[in-house]
Amino acid sequence: MVAQMDGVAHSAGAVVPQQVCFTAPLPLACGVTLDSFELAYETYGTLNSERSNAVLICHALNASHHVAGYYKDAPDNVGWWDNMVGPGKPLDTTRFFVVSVNNLGSCFGSSGPVSINPATGQPWGADFPLVTVEDWVDAQARLADYLGITRWAAVMGGSLGGMQTLCWATRYPERLAHGLVIASAPNLSAENIAFNEVARQAILSDPDFLDGHYARHGTRPRRGLRVARMLGHITYLSDEQMEAKFGRQLREGLKFSFAPEFQIESYLRHQGEKFAGYFDGNTYLRITKALDYFDPASAHDGDLSKAFEKARCAFLVISFTTDWRFPSARSREIMRALIDNRRDVSYAEIEAPHGHDAFLHDDAQYHATVRAYYERIAAELNEKEAA
Amino acid sequence: MMSDELKQANTSEAAVRSDFSLIASWVTPGARVLDLGCGDGSLFAHLRQTRQVTGYGIEISIEGVKACIANRVNVLQRDLEGGLADFADGSFDCVILSQTLQAMHRLEALIESMLRVGREAIVTFPNFGHWSHRWQILRGRMPVSESLPYQWYNTPNIHLCTVRDFDHFLEMRGYRVLARQVLAGDMPVTFLPNVLGQLALYRFQRSGT
Repeated sequence: MVAQMDGVAHSAGAVVPQQVCFTAPLPLACGVTLDSFELAYETYGTLNSERSNAVLICHALNASHHVAGYYKDAPDNVGWWDNMVGPGKPLDTTRFFVVSVNNLGSCFGSSGPVSINPATGQPWGADFPLVTVEDWVDAQARLADYLGITRWAAVMGGSLGGMQTLCWATRYPERLAHGLVIASAPNLSAENIAFNEVARQAILSDPDFLDGHYARHGTRPRRGLRVARMLGHITYLSDEQMEAKFGRQLREGLKFSFAPEFQIESYLRHQGEKFAGYFDGNTYLRITKALDYFDPASAHDGDLSKAFEKARCAFLVISFTTDWRFPSARSREIMRALIDNRRDVSYAEIEAPHGHDAFLHDDAQYHATVRAYYERIAAELNEKEAA
Repeated sequence: MMSDELKQANTSEAAVRSDFSLIASWVTPGARVLDLGCGDGSLFAHLRQTRQVTGYGIEISIEGVKACIANRVNVLQRDLEGGLADFADGSFDCVILSQTLQAMHRLEALIESMLRVGREAIVTFPNFGHWSHRWQILRGRMPVSESLPYQWYNTPNIHLCTVRDFDHFLEMRGYRVLARQVLAGDMPVTFLPNVLGQLALYRFQRSGT
């Protein structure tokens, strides 16, 4: 309420992650059924008495359920979309009840390769099944049931999170009113899959990978994770931004060695090192596969318009001019398929220098667009409450 | 430039309102509408309110896009110069180009594709044949007026035309005019429309449809 009065955006504050165990079996696309599974999640704001103001945030490759705020015992651990979600932020938690969940197969608390396999009492490791975007959405729907949310006011995600939003719109069309699909694509291009494959090979060929059972041997494929992250990071940035930020700057001049000499080298090594310290190799393999597999048009002879026939929600699709990993043309494929189905859709192409990562940046036009859309959703909710 | 600025600069408030209600009278209730260069979405919102239309606006500027979202108008951020390839043949009842024509480069192709994706087209533009423009040209200067407020060196308007020019264009193209109205301020002009009219509005379709 303070945020509304002074018009200033605040942090969601100290948040506490939650954990829930589902004991009803979950059949997965790969044919395996999980007898039980756990999900880690966080919530921000308050669910109204009609349970109509809930928004689900779907995360991308390496993120988690920690979207906004910070942890009391770790004040520097700020949520990955804290600039978007919070009191007075574009997704205003004084108005909306925001839910974020760590996806199945990830490594931040939900069931996945690093969690304990109840059947063996040991970490799943390489035995954790390959999961798909559809599996994630099914698991998220179980969380919605658990929280008593029959219909989301909106489901929102960037990149791979946008794919989950698209999946929600067709898999559970009656369970969301709006879908916000940001810097996303209707499937991966050959080039996208190629980047993922190189990243996977870096991990798979790390001598410490040990067929994915590295945890049993008390080790981790750190080198593979480092290279995978370095490669990924290049594709998240734009050429012009990298040029502006690093150019050909050297750290201390040329040394005629393979030590990091250019600033960009040292930056990538730093990013790789940081990532290898907290992310899990088996998880990286699985999440990139989920990305590769996502292709809603494939069940409809490649016809994306047919794939969206079931969708009922309204959409906001946003792309960024310098995103070459998921270029604007891919977002416009989504836009066109929705137009073909006469769905309510708005599309914005934001001029931003940050490449694919732009969806995480605090860009004024981008945030104002998302804010305007949530104000529209809030106005619709108000009218419904009044009616 | 947001197409809205173009519009507001080109017409007075009263003309915008009469423009809207005239267009609304030409749109069938419940029609599927595409509004090209929709600005802040106020025309679309007016049509939705008065004629229960559905559809989309297209707008090039992010300012317009944000305003459309606030007006709850479905808006697609696109450059009209890129054509209307996003839309299937015959997918709209009516495609509107309101006071945007004069700033378009590939105008012929655009009007052609308006009638590809829509059954009917509505086009409105400031009448270059207005007496005040003629008078200024006679005095040796490029016209600057309420409806064309720019100087020759900063105008976004590159395809100015008169009522007679547009009549000729439609005839040459073999388009069938369903309705034509010329306004001065918010008043209809029937006497010497190409001299006294400030804003021209046309409703037309392909012949044989």
